[in-house]
Amino acid sequence: MTAPAAIEVIGATRRFGRRNAVEDVSFTVPENSVTGLLGRNGAGKTTIMSLVSGQDRPTSGEVRVFGEQPFENGRILSSMSFVRDNQRYPEDYYLRHVLDVAPRFHERWDAELAARLVDGFRLPAKPVVKKYSRGQLSALGIVLGLASRAPITIFDEPYLGLDATARAMFYDALLQDYAEHPRAVLLSTHLIDEMESLLERVVIVDKGRLIREDSTEDLAGAAFTISGIAAAVTGFVDGRRVLREHRVGGLLSLTVEGALSPAEKAEARDAGLDLAPARLQELVAAYGADLANENEGARA
Amino acid sequence: MFDDGRPLFQQIADLLADGIVAGRYAEDAQVPSTNELAGFYRINPATVGKGVNVLVEQGVLHKRRGLGMFVSPGARDRLLSERTERFRDDYVIPLLREARQLGLTASDIHRLIDQEDHS
Repeated sequence: MTAPAAIEVIGATRRFGRRNAVEDVSFTVPENSVTGLLGRNGAGKTTIMSLVSGQDRPTSGEVRVFGEQPFENGRILSSMSFVRDNQRYPEDYYLRHVLDVAPRFHERWDAELAARLVDGFRLPAKPVVKKYSRGQLSALGIVLGLASRAPITIFDEPYLGLDATARAMFYDALLQDYAEHPRAVLLSTHLIDEMESLLERVVIVDKGRLIREDSTEDLAGAAFTISGIAAAVTGFVDGRRVLREHRVGGLLSLTVEGALSPAEKAEARDAGLDLAPARLQELVAAYGADLANENEGARA
Repeated sequence: MFDDGRPLFQQIADLLADGIVAGRYAEDAQVPSTNELAGFYRINPATVGKGVNVLVEQGVLHKRRGLGMFVSPGARDRLLSERTERFRDDYVIPLLREARQLGLTASDIHRLIDQEDHS
């Protein structure tokens, strides 16, 4: 991956009082890519997005967007669209006001795309936007994010309150518009199973720290789950890094980092063990489980 | 549609290869574009592109500038011979492993295959 960087986060720390919401985090979002920011609640995802979008400044470290600091940088800010999960609108704004104002902030605004999405999401002209339901607010955020065609588009859990039909519409619209107008998209999500195939790269954070940054594909082979009779399982994974443990009675299932050779796979099957590649969802859950952090501590 | 065992790009490559082997995409015919496949299967275009490239590197597909991706001459035969080679690993060996677990003998298996073949 040698695409130029749209976003570079370099050793960024953001302290609130005594607590580091984000601690020494570094990662890169290449131009023309869809990158997922994954992690449990409180992992620091929204703080990272605020830093990247120039709405906040790191206590130490650096954030660069197209090579420049985004904070109070008008030129950079006008190339960004950040859709917060709790986006606020002026008290008296109706849908048409929002759609009228948006193009002033985004020079590549596509009114036709916006109209199509408003239609698809069935966003009502009344009441005022402030009284929209959770799902309608999310849908409006998606309209703004996609129709802005901003070179950097950031979505913070854009699906909250959306039903399955609307989510599928969002995925389709994102992919279709991204294919025609590539840009850097950074989005946070907990719906990993559902959105995994949309993501080209993944950044995993936990407790304010970067856990992994990789292509979705490389992460897919990054761990496996092995289960069966406890004694056989533990014997087999001896010496490997266990990310997550699930034990019920004499049965044990472990999520283990690394990959197995074909010979090892055959050996495991002959020993009556079940093997499955860990899905991205499981991997993120495993990294967010405290066992992983204990192991991390033990290794450090 | 997609199972989780293998990388998505590989599954895209297999999907197109299946279409060629089954004759849905004839030689010299155009295959769907990367963006079409991405939109249809809801997969990132970069991942789809990588899958398509696997087949380009194997000489199964080729690009015609400004037109799109096309099935190369001889692609079907090449895919068929490749799959024949993989048949043992993909089907025969797992079949024998399961048969052993069930206590089936070689002649039991032969009989089952004959029955299926004639049904």
